[in-house]
Amino acid sequence: MEMTRNVARQLGLGSRIVAPAVVFGVLNTAALVAEMWLLSRVVADVFVGHDHVATVVPLLSLLALTLVLRAALVTARDASAGLAAIRARGRLRRRVIDHLLALGPAYARGERTGELVAATTEGIDRLDPYVSRYLPQTILGLAIPLIIAVAVLTQDWVSATLLLVTAPIIPLLMILVGSYAEGHIQQQWEALARLSAHFLDALQGLPTLKAFGRGKAEQATISRISHDFRDRTMRVLRFAFLSGLVLEFITAGAIALIAVTLGVRLLSGSISFERAFFVLLLTPEYYRPLRELGQHRHAAMEGAVSGNRLAEILATPVASPQPDNGVPAPAGPIRLELDAVSYTYPGRSRPALADVSLALPVGTRTALVGRSGSGKSTLLNVLMGFLTATGGEILVNGVPLSTIAPEEWRSRISFVPQRPHLFHGSIAENIALGGPEARLDEIEWAAELAGAMDFIQSLPERTTTLIGDGGARLSGGEAQRLAIARAFLKDAPLVLFDEPTSNLDPRSETLIRGALERLTQGRTLLVVAHRLNTIYTADNIVVLEEGRLVEQGRHADLLGSGGAYSRLHGPGRLVPA
Amino acid sequence: MTTVVRVLSFLRPYRLRVLAAIALGCATVAANIGLVAVAGYLIAAAALKPALLALSVPIYLVRFFGVTRAFLRYGERLVSHSVTFALLAEMRIWFYSRLEPLAPASLSMHRTGDVLARMVKDIDELENVYLRVFSPLIVALVTASAVAVLLGVFNLWLMLVAIPFLLLAGLGVPLLGRALAARVGEDLPHIRGELSAQAVDSIQGMQDLLIFGREASVRGRIAALERQSGSVERRLTRVAALQSGIGDFLAAGCATAVVTVAIPLVTTGRIGGVYLAFLAVMTLATFEVLQPLATVFPLMDRTRTSGDRLFEIADSQPNVREAAQTISAPLDIDLEFSHVSFAYNADMPPVLDDVTFSVRRGMHVAVVGASGSGKSTLLSLALRFWDVDAGMVKFGGADARQLTLDAVRAQISVVMQEVALFTDTLRNNLRIARPDATEADLLWALDTACLGDLVDRLPDGLDSWIGEQGLQLSGGERQRLAIARALLKTAPILALDEATANLDPITEATVLSQLLAAATDRAVLLITHRLVAMEEMDEILVLDRGRIVERGTHAELVDSRGAYWRLQEAQNELFAIT
Ligand SMILES: Nc1ncnc2c1ncn2[C@@H]1O[C@H](COP(=O)(O)OP(=O)(O)OP(=O)(O)O)[C@@H](O)[C@H]1O
Ligand SMILES: Nc1ncnc2c1ncn2[C@@H]1O[C@H](COP(=O)(O)OP(=O)(O)OP(=O)(O)O)[C@@H](O)[C@H]1O
Ligand SMILES: [Mg+2]
Ligand SMILES: [Mg+2]
Repeated sequence: MEMTRNVARQLGLGSRIVAPAVVFGVLNTAALVAEMWLLSRVVADVFVGHDHVATVVPLLSLLALTLVLRAALVTARDASAGLAAIRARGRLRRRVIDHLLALGPAYARGERTGELVAATTEGIDRLDPYVSRYLPQTILGLAIPLIIAVAVLTQDWVSATLLLVTAPIIPLLMILVGSYAEGHIQQQWEALARLSAHFLDALQGLPTLKAFGRGKAEQATISRISHDFRDRTMRVLRFAFLSGLVLEFITAGAIALIAVTLGVRLLSGSISFERAFFVLLLTPEYYRPLRELGQHRHAAMEGAVSGNRLAEILATPVASPQPDNGVPAPAGPIRLELDAVSYTYPGRSRPALADVSLALPVGTRTALVGRSGSGKSTLLNVLMGFLTATGGEILVNGVPLSTIAPEEWRSRISFVPQRPHLFHGSIAENIALGGPEARLDEIEWAAELAGAMDFIQSLPERTTTLIGDGGARLSGGEAQRLAIARAFLKDAPLVLFDEPTSNLDPRSETLIRGALERLTQGRTLLVVAHRLNTIYTADNIVVLEEGRLVEQGRHADLLGSGGAYSRLHGPGRLVPA
Repeated sequence: MTTVVRVLSFLRPYRLRVLAAIALGCATVAANIGLVAVAGYLIAAAALKPALLALSVPIYLVRFFGVTRAFLRYGERLVSHSVTFALLAEMRIWFYSRLEPLAPASLSMHRTGDVLARMVKDIDELENVYLRVFSPLIVALVTASAVAVLLGVFNLWLMLVAIPFLLLAGLGVPLLGRALAARVGEDLPHIRGELSAQAVDSIQGMQDLLIFGREASVRGRIAALERQSGSVERRLTRVAALQSGIGDFLAAGCATAVVTVAIPLVTTGRIGGVYLAFLAVMTLATFEVLQPLATVFPLMDRTRTSGDRLFEIADSQPNVREAAQTISAPLDIDLEFSHVSFAYNADMPPVLDDVTFSVRRGMHVAVVGASGSGKSTLLSLALRFWDVDAGMVKFGGADARQLTLDAVRAQISVVMQEVALFTDTLRNNLRIARPDATEADLLWALDTACLGDLVDRLPDGLDSWIGEQGLQLSGGERQRLAIARALLKTAPILALDEATANLDPITEATVLSQLLAAATDRAVLLITHRLVAMEEMDEILVLDRGRIVERGTHAELVDSRGAYWRLQEAQNELFAIT
């Protein structure tokens, strides 16, 4: 599997980037021909001409000169190819990360994190041999044999013909063998991606696996996947080695053939020793680039497979407009209007949101309620632009959301997700996500309002305490309070909360409530909550049922109407104890 | 050095195949040198125009070496790679088996993405020790000495002039590499680990990152790592390029030197002129085996770090260990905490302080209390993710530490506060709890957890893919799936940690009542901050800063107007309509 020209160009891996390496490689070959010619002269002069050292000294010093020159050229060739690969990889990694960020969380959820990690780390590293070895070789593999063939032709046309005749057999055979290997390399990459994805999944779920007594059983799965990866790797390598065998066989055969014909022709006197030796010295060099091409082909095919995967990621269209072509988000307070907004997840037949029409006037507080799975979180994700509505329109102060630059739009929103992610780092760093420039006292202020200061104070290193991956060293409610503090710290006109206090006890919740009401004063607030009393005092309560907006209004009115809301929050259910 | 030795010691079970690979490697090189050298001799001899018959042996040898070289190399690669990859696969399994006992307590110092990199990339890195260090070293040593000896057989001077070149190429060039890039390769595995950790964190935390506009910081961190690894790699690339230039120079230089020294020997007739080409070509070919040695030191640096990174985790002592002598699990199972105290860190105040309670079969016990009071910690101790500092956790009267870990975990079925689902199908997520569960079992569990309709809604029913960590389900659906999973496991004790926190009141009430009804013959431990279904509890424990401050039934506790009553008041106030 070659990387198609298109893919290579798309990834910034066109042959142009190794042009200097190719030039150095060609020059090196020219110097090599000179070196071999000098060497053959010296040997011939001594062996046939019975010359003494003194007479060949000029030749020997010329020879020494070419050696130095070649050392410099080889260094330059290898260095420029290697550096080009490092540059290309860095560029590509930046692009892929940028694109993943532009695609957003919805895309990542449909993929396996471990696989994406494999693609962005190992997948990109695998392009190194492709760029530094294979890419220059695709040109040098043609140029070097040509130069040498010409050099041989000047001395002995019979051998030159033999060289030219044997050469094309090699690429032909390689293509044949390569086309068999192609599928295997694809499978090997998939096995590696599976390995990585599975390890990550198992690693992150290890406490659960152990709790279910499956920790040891998982070893069997790990073993199966590891062995599968080994088998697939070996299958690829067997093909690579087989093509290597074919190449070696042909080149060795060709060298032997040329050597023997030279010998026979020397016997008959139809060629001089000097020429014959020169040709013999050049013969292995003639086949070397072809052999190397074969050796690196395997690496190249590996690179091509992961390259194709990267190209696939880069080709995934970003739904929302790009920062450079979107209109700026409106400044100041925010008013939202949803007009028949629908959303259906890919691969699902039922819409998660169907024809939701809703207005969020400036400075109002709206509560979003509904049974589990009714589409509340989906609606928030649509509002944030992480999902693009499959129908209907969202207007931000009258401007269609779909035309607003996403990065800017998100800068106007503060958000507490249903399942907040805490990052590896300290408590302060995690809260400062909401305000990167925030001073320590501001961070502590936000923590205080979120009711987090009391537990932070009990920690030996307070706000600089490291909380472990995903906040592993915090209790559930403590993690949630950090997420709230983070949202408090961000000063944004639109505030979206998705069950912000689901893991908090009533007292902590009461503590936060006051702060929440004060801080959201004048802002447009949409909160998903099952029990918070913000619901009862909300300006508008919106009830979702299976993706449809079935009711909206104030608490008392809804309760009186005896509809869906009264079923959800009717008497006797307020405090279900 | 010891790390490398330890890595190599993993090869012991494969030693015969390793020896075979090395022997094949030497033979390949010999055939290669033989081919070109005899070819050189052949044409030189032919130039003297002897009878054709005199050339038949060299002609035969040229053909022989030509054919065998190809097959030998094929064999060598096949054997050495199959050994290496078999070894890597075994190391992955070994690594997992060492890692498993560490989770979660002793693994919490490490970032998940970093551990992932160790398991995937660092183990891969070990391939170098064998394929690019150990084996080439031996092959080079054997063949270079053989060639030196052969030169010596022709004439001692030839050997003496070649040896410095051989030493320079085989030892000097690698050492030059070490001098110019001393230990810079060492950092690469760490950088890679960090890159992987950063990637995992950024991908999984993408929503939070984007909404807080921190794309730039992710880019910045990745760019910084890229810069770090880039500067290391650029340095290594430049040095390696210089080395290959010098290596080429030494090869041709040595051939030239050998010829130069040989010339007077030929003219004085001490060496047959016919061998001059042979000597030149043989010397040239010998250096091919020395070229791979150039990068030995940076590779060793990297391998050492990778090995250290693996051993660091593999050698960690799990904080919870199987007792040397375990007793078999008692039949009559109830869970008992007896004067349990526990702290996550010795230098921190205890998270649990003298906690005593028990849950018997058919009994439903609730644990309530403020966030951070130690409720979830109770479960971690019951599962023996940590061991108590003082007191005892008992199953059926036996100290949990005397039971096997498997036996302990077989007693309890849990819903953990942080629901962990697997990137798999609905069915496989459930079957973790009971691998032999029938379709009917699965549907029963889903129904009991109020999730029966999900199966109808999903495109492929039970075989539907639920996405990365189950994130293609809603928050409440994930929680109910975890409840269904816990119900499936046939354990006498059922423990739920805030298992209904993300459910709406109707679903919550239904799930709880169906669950308690299904668990009448089990012992149930319900951890919650929300006072729901408390009347149905046989006992309620109120936990405050690690101490049980109150216990009793709902009615008793309300009557006594203590901590529980205050909690309820807070809840009522919270839900009251102002
Ligand atoms: N990424 C996804 N792919 C496919 N289906 C999804 C995805 N995310 C959610 N769903 C489905 O869409 C429906 C609505 O999900 P959503 O998360 O919006 O519910 P919710 O109202 O927030 O529920 P909860 O209160 O349980 O969090 C659910 O049935 C869920 O299974
Ligand atoms: N792995 C850990 N390492 C260090 N400290 C921890 C760890 N896990 C929890 N803690 C600390 O122990 C205390 C008790 O935590 P625990 O998770 O048991 O609380 P909880 O009662 O379950 O709270 P919540 O209702 O918020 O879930 C908390 O202060 C928490 O910060
Ligand atoms: Mg939700
Ligand atoms: Mg908890």
